[in-house]
Amino acid sequence: MRPPNLKPMFRRIWGLMYRHLALYRRSWPRMLELAYWPILQMCIWGFTARFLAARLGNPGLIAGATLLGGVLLWEVTLRSQMGMSISFLEEIWSRNLGHVFVSPLRPFELIAALIGMSIIRMLLGVVPAILLAWGLYAFNLFTLGPVLILFFINLMIMGWAVALGVVSLILRHGAGAEPLAWGVLFGLAPFSAVFYPVSVLPAFVRPLSYALPTTHVFEGMRGALLHGEVLWGHLAAAFGLNLIWIAGAAWLFTRQFHAARVSGALINIGE
Amino acid sequence: MDAIQVENLSKRYGAVLAVDDISFAAPTGATVGLLGGNGAGKTTTIAMLLGLLVPTSGRITVLGHDMAKDRFAALARMNFSSPYVALPSRLTVRENMRVYGHLYDVARVDDRIAVLARELDLGPILDRPAGQLSAGQKTRVALAKALINRPELLLLDEPTASLDPDTGDLVRTWLEQYRTESGCTILLASHNMAEVERLCSHVVMLKQGKVVDRGSPDELLTRYGRHDLEAVFLDIARDRRQAIPA
Repeated sequence: MRPPNLKPMFRRIWGLMYRHLALYRRSWPRMLELAYWPILQMCIWGFTARFLAARLGNPGLIAGATLLGGVLLWEVTLRSQMGMSISFLEEIWSRNLGHVFVSPLRPFELIAALIGMSIIRMLLGVVPAILLAWGLYAFNLFTLGPVLILFFINLMIMGWAVALGVVSLILRHGAGAEPLAWGVLFGLAPFSAVFYPVSVLPAFVRPLSYALPTTHVFEGMRGALLHGEVLWGHLAAAFGLNLIWIAGAAWLFTRQFHAARVSGALINIGE
Repeated sequence: MDAIQVENLSKRYGAVLAVDDISFAAPTGATVGLLGGNGAGKTTTIAMLLGLLVPTSGRITVLGHDMAKDRFAALARMNFSSPYVALPSRLTVRENMRVYGHLYDVARVDDRIAVLARELDLGPILDRPAGQLSAGQKTRVALAKALINRPELLLLDEPTASLDPDTGDLVRTWLEQYRTESGCTILLASHNMAEVERLCSHVVMLKQGKVVDRGSPDELLTRYGRHDLEAVFLDIARDRRQAIPA
């Protein structure tokens, strides 16, 4: 039996990524926007951390470090989610979806291309902020060690799961669901224990908090920053929950994509 | 073999029956016109042929592939052009063509772009953003995009809408030439009856989602006792005259 020829699949994925990369090359405001918010956030929270350290001494220094770590890692989730959702919205804004969906591009290849763009967008946004935190505030995120890669992977997967949900809602409700691409993840931030441990939250909220993969990453981050230990239990929980979240989001997308083909939404997707 | 076979195709949106049990075929190498007034079901039918829309009932076979089970194999061998679907306006013509060259897995895509640029006179605009082109230039670019994969079946939705007579004639001449040289099948939805008379060997007339007549342009002219297809179209659209029994 001959192995399947995967080259056409990778070319189709690259084709859609090339479309977005060409767009960014020709649009400096889009390039600027990628790094603008992460850097702005880093400046605000960096000065806050410096203020805390100056007023409170060592406890303030520790609080500042967890604050900056939280800000940077939260940006990984946020930029991954927005990178995917906004790349999909770009197709709607340019009225190009009709051409894309009548090409041989499979829905999973579309998702793969959006994930590829999400990774590129996230790196272009977050890496300058990480370097800035290092240069301005002497906060080196890389001191977390290799576990940082596992944190990044989990946060990105969570971002993609939420983005798939947003894309599904756009397929179902048209561009009327567009504001979700910017706002939906902020709704999960209070429960993700980004800046504080889960123990701070009211008891009845904690189950919801523990159902989010991000919560386990941020608990793990604090373990690594404060005690220099890797909390493998939290990491395992993050991977397990991400599996459930991404599977649920993929199921939702498949269902909504089919529903859009039944209702005709793919032809008229817009406002 | 027919390039397109449509059997008992229907599409219902709630209480509205947009396409009502239609059947037709497009012989390989022919240009078939799909005619009808606004709301006749042309766009819905084309959307189902492209796999954008799932039929409520019926069966579509394109280039031997059942569209319900194997649509991606058919989509790789066909293409589509419509003035109502845009290409990304900030990308240059060349970049847009490259995108679709990759999506259709076209070998040596830059060579293919060069050939199409020569044939459709796109050379001077290849490196201009698609959004800065005139309507005529956009139509030629959309046509080039539709031909990037050397399609065996071309679906064209009003390909010369909003074009001046000169550019419209150039596009029609080029389509005739391409079909003759490539043996490609063309399904053309158009409101321009002169265009349909010139390009199509077969015509399917739709009204309120149903096929109300079909035949070659000459057969329809004879059947309705008219000198041009526009008069036949109006007869059918306004229920003015029945076909003269043979």
